Amino acid sequence: MIPAAFEYYRPQDMAGVLAILEEHGDDARVMAGGHSLIPMMKLRMAEVPHLIDLQDVGGMSGIEVGTDSIRIGAMVTQSDIIDDASLAAAAPILREAALQIADPQVRYMGTVGGNVANGDPGNDMPGLMQCLDARFTLVGADGERDVPARDFYEAAYMTAREDEEVLTAVTIPLPKGGYAYEKQKRKIGDYATAAAAVQITKEGDVCASAAIAMTNLSDTPVYSEAAGAALVGTALDDAALTAAAAAMLNDIDPTEDNRGPIAFKKHVAGVILRRAILRAWSRA
Amino acid sequence: MPDKMHIKLNVNGKDEEFLAEPRELLIYTLRERLNITGPHIGCETSHCGACTVTIDGKSVKSCTMFAAQASGKSVTTIEGIGGPDDLHPLQEAFKEHHGLQCGYCTPGMITRATKLLEENPNPTEEDIRFGMAGNICRCTGYQNIVKSIQAAAAEMNAAAASSSEAVGNKTVEAAE
Repeated sequence: MIPAAFEYYRPQDMAGVLAILEEHGDDARVMAGGHSLIPMMKLRMAEVPHLIDLQDVGGMSGIEVGTDSIRIGAMVTQSDIIDDASLAAAAPILREAALQIADPQVRYMGTVGGNVANGDPGNDMPGLMQCLDARFTLVGADGERDVPARDFYEAAYMTAREDEEVLTAVTIPLPKGGYAYEKQKRKIGDYATAAAAVQITKEGDVCASAAIAMTNLSDTPVYSEAAGAALVGTALDDAALTAAAAAMLNDIDPTEDNRGPIAFKKHVAGVILRRAILRAWSRA
Repeated sequence: MPDKMHIKLNVNGKDEEFLAEPRELLIYTLRERLNITGPHIGCETSHCGACTVTIDGKSVKSCTMFAAQASGKSVTTIEGIGGPDDLHPLQEAFKEHHGLQCGYCTPGMITRATKLLEENPNPTEEDIRFGMAGNICRCTGYQNIVKSIQAAAAEMNAAAASSSEAVGNKTVEAAE
């Protein structure tokens, strides 16, 4: 379980990172915590002749809670998310999700940037970021650009990030209303069999808005606009929940694997979504 | 073949310096290069926690970190926590409360538990089970691991209370 040989770089700034990416193109990969990339390199599922360790670059470890939005640096770890009191107050869904990722050791190392940039459909943060309508900041030789999380994922491990770009930050509009991140997994440390991120606002007894995204039920995270729309204007009665689940099932495309056959995954997805909606509603 | 790298680590208080290929995983550095065999190789896939060490105050699975990444950092293994003649309260408690059977997971368990108790000196059973979730044991069924950590926490808190009392007395004396 030793990876193929590679050159290791630990540049001190982003210019140094971009220069190596420019020189080696897709033969180079950046690494934050390494807890997705190193296992893949060990399994020889990822070949990385030039590995760029971002730990000395700096400027990507901050969490800034502003009046309209939250900016999270790419090197912020899941553990940092859990421990940040102002973030937990402003966007408690992040902490709820981070607590369900992997295990303590992995959460000390695993970063938000790595989790969203890797494009692994099993990762939890991509679906969550779609639910929250986050934007990802990408830096390249030509400067910075922002890509909405809802447009970022193209296929498993394929994203809108160019080979020569680095994802440096995630910006989230300050979430409103009730929230839930609900995840079904076989054991601690496993990816989701199905997970749902839900953020709901309420006016009187009626649902005013609902954002719903699902994890590990397609080759990308799935933001289900139709599922959210099925809840808006209702009092979240049983018919609305059933309609939302049906709309969501129409948007996902799970495949059979060691977490179960397709019918089972769809069943679990429906159960998990229903639970997530009800919990979010109870907090709205 | 890429050039070897010059790597510097501090392991259990001792400075180490060597040349290694960038792909050398920290667990191999510890076990095979430095003969520090407390951290074990269990699954080698970031799941089992047998290779857990502490790096700059974080519990880390040393099978999922390159020695190059750890260069410049301080690493603590079970050997740096206690030894046969000066057992750490966690080691004493694991011994006393049957927190181990075959013992293979124990160095990682205890290394992780030191950090857990540092962050949360009074953990509930639920806190312990959640905070130790990255360490797998195939023998004990965890019950006695939980008991051992609770016992060690009580012991360490009692020791901290009596030493802070002593410090408190000294403060009073100094004030007088």
